Amino acid sequence: MSLLTTLARIEAVQAGKARPLATVRHRHLSERPLVLVLLTTAGEAGAPLGAMVGTGRDAPRLLAVPQPRDRDLRFAFLAELADVMLPYIEQYGEEDCGEGEEPCSDAPQILVPNAPGVEYVRLLGRSMRFRRTAEQDPEAPYPAPPRVPLLGRWLTHAGERARVPGSSLLLPMTHLLGRHWATGQSRLEDQHLGALLAWIDPPPGTTGAEAALRAETGRGPDGLLHHPPAGPATDPAFDNKRLAPAISRHDLARTAAQRSAAEEEIRELLASQLRPTWEAMWRGIDLVRALPEGARVADRWKRDRWSYTAHRDRIRAGEPPQPRRDDAVTAARKLAARESALAQLDAQEALDDPLVMAERRLAGEAFAGEVTEVVMEYSEAKVPRPRPLVTVRTEDAPHLAEGVKLYRALPDGRAQTGEFVSYGPDGAPTVRLTGGMGRGKVPEPGSVPEKGDRVCWTLFEHAPRGGPELPDPERTPWTHGGPPDPAAPPDAPDPVTAEDRL
Amino acid sequence: MDKAALARALGAQVTFGQSQFAFVRGHAFEARVKADGGAELVRLLCGQLREAEPPEADAVDVPDLSAAGPEGRTARTALALREATAAGRWALLDHPMLSLTVAGTPAFLEPDAVIVHPDGGRTVVEIKSFAMVDGAADAAKVGAAARQAAVYALALEALGGRVRPEVLLVCPKDFSNLPAAALVDVRRQLAATRRQLARLERVADIAAALPPGLSFATDRPAAELGAALGAVEAAYAPECLAACELAFHCRERAREEGAVTVLGRGLRAELGDLTTVEAVRGAALSGAGDAGDPVVAALRRAAGLRAEALSSAEELV
Repeated sequence: MSLLTTLARIEAVQAGKARPLATVRHRHLSERPLVLVLLTTAGEAGAPLGAMVGTGRDAPRLLAVPQPRDRDLRFAFLAELADVMLPYIEQYGEEDCGEGEEPCSDAPQILVPNAPGVEYVRLLGRSMRFRRTAEQDPEAPYPAPPRVPLLGRWLTHAGERARVPGSSLLLPMTHLLGRHWATGQSRLEDQHLGALLAWIDPPPGTTGAEAALRAETGRGPDGLLHHPPAGPATDPAFDNKRLAPAISRHDLARTAAQRSAAEEEIRELLASQLRPTWEAMWRGIDLVRALPEGARVADRWKRDRWSYTAHRDRIRAGEPPQPRRDDAVTAARKLAARESALAQLDAQEALDDPLVMAERRLAGEAFAGEVTEVVMEYSEAKVPRPRPLVTVRTEDAPHLAEGVKLYRALPDGRAQTGEFVSYGPDGAPTVRLTGGMGRGKVPEPGSVPEKGDRVCWTLFEHAPRGGPELPDPERTPWTHGGPPDPAAPPDAPDPVTAEDRL
Repeated sequence: MDKAALARALGAQVTFGQSQFAFVRGHAFEARVKADGGAELVRLLCGQLREAEPPEADAVDVPDLSAAGPEGRTARTALALREATAAGRWALLDHPMLSLTVAGTPAFLEPDAVIVHPDGGRTVVEIKSFAMVDGAADAAKVGAAARQAAVYALALEALGGRVRPEVLLVCPKDFSNLPAAALVDVRRQLAATRRQLARLERVADIAAALPPGLSFATDRPAAELGAALGAVEAAYAPECLAACELAFHCRERAREEGAVTVLGRGLRAELGDLTTVEAVRGAALSGAGDAGDPVVAALRRAAGLRAEALSSAEELV
């Protein structure tokens, strides 16, 4: 945690309310995001219990599994989830796009409550994408309902994309809120969506700490939490006191009427656990939407749109689902892409937001101040180019050494390069401009700061590039397992056990 | 001591507990893995070791370990271990009882199973209900299982014989109830546990340092219990919330004291001598504190930068 964040948290403790950590919104927020709140069965991997999903605050779709260990009921749930989610995901790719220079004009955005929710989306994707439908393979034992494997591929893509810093296809609400507000509690406690919202927007007359404590531990006379966990794990007390008896009533039901009554009871129980999180998600969306979007957020969203478009094309081309494990070159490419995305995110957030830039200035990676002197000089080439010297008065203490490269954002968004020359007698650094002034002998208007202007130079690049090129998969070195076997069959679906219970 | 009962007596809501679904699932999985008298577990172990041929189904001994009381069971386990080693065959000790001296007091431990190799080597088996998907499981859960198994291995070492430093972790494979296994090297966890056990103060010494008459009997009024707890020093950090029933109580106390560690354990290193929220605010804004202290200087600079950035953003709006 940076010192500025610490300070903001300490301010929040004293104010009894969260304090801003950003002055603009650093993540894309869709006009029409899909909110997905999932519950899982304790102790089972990939056995969903229920979900609340939809794009409208007033129209959530409740999905429930009355007996999560029953394969048929699980499949029915996944089929219903595919019915809700696939039309939303696919609508953005229906247009003719991605052929030329531009990706699809918009892309889906899935919002989940917290980081475990993102992991659960990945896990569901993994559990679905290798399944075979009866149409794909008539011999498949226990065929999956149509479109379930397809949803698995999309969820896998979203889960994979969520690991790229700054991407917004699949975002946890706790991260979205935590990026923009500092609460008076630790980062660990911020993982609790209810407590985080309590700090950011406490009910009138209470402090954030009081409201957060109530959200964390407040229980009714029946022993159930006022604010159920935001999933995917459920509250053990709820499981034991309410859900388990209802499920056993469902198991024991002998008549259709008994069974549907038990089902209805389970649906209501799950709704009682999902509804508060659903409301919290939309409150979170309102809060984040109220922030003005950062200038470079659209640039990052365009990359998300490209990733969406590319995946749509892979599905259209009939490629097999994403493999269980990436080959060495793909894995290295992904890591390199995430690294450069992180460097880019760090640079863009700082340029968009003075509060983030303040962190870089405090760390000695940037400095801001007023121009005190501009001396025109020219390079000694055959065609002399302008190389003006700009002296800046600053209180920052950047880590400068002679010849260090510096970058400055011009009003039109381009980056101007410069290099550090020396400190003046009064300690003010002098920078020689080396670019961004056009091709002529006379610098373009506005490209050289004037005396009295406020400028901010950074030691980091504004558009950092990735590392060295990686080889093609066919040239994977033997140290990394050698080239993949082209004749290797694609990953087979998971073996199924004859018994239908997990 | 039952900290959960103490927390309830203090009026706090206890947030821990296990869902019966997880409980039932864990037991069903363990029973399934052990159903065939240990042959499945030994087969999994051999598959991981790649050195031994898996034995026939009836070639694994499963000695009866039942006895009265934990001491009786510990003695029975020690005897069974000696017999199994002498027999030179594979043997599965199902839920053996081990004892380990912690802070001068014996503690009894019950691993899921211990496998004795024909050469006398011993492997601790840990059966968990979290899934291993595509050969990988949740790193935090595997780490916790490795630490737990290391304690068992340590207790097993005390009985002599050769304890293998790799434990067998058995989990459900992918989304099924079939077992998957992996050998986990616990040498680092063993060393860490040994070091921690050696550093622990003896329970008797801790008790002697407490004020006389201190009692945590849960039938006492909450206020008295609170005062009694107040006499014991607690080093609260947010990580406690995931592990201790009394964490909310300690957090409340740390907040009242204005300790900066409520915001994160790392802050103590970052802020040096400034241990309270009040001191940090004072140093940052009102010029309190030693200006020569680099932490104070950095804080002032940070506060200035933050105020400048926030006001410049307001101007734009």
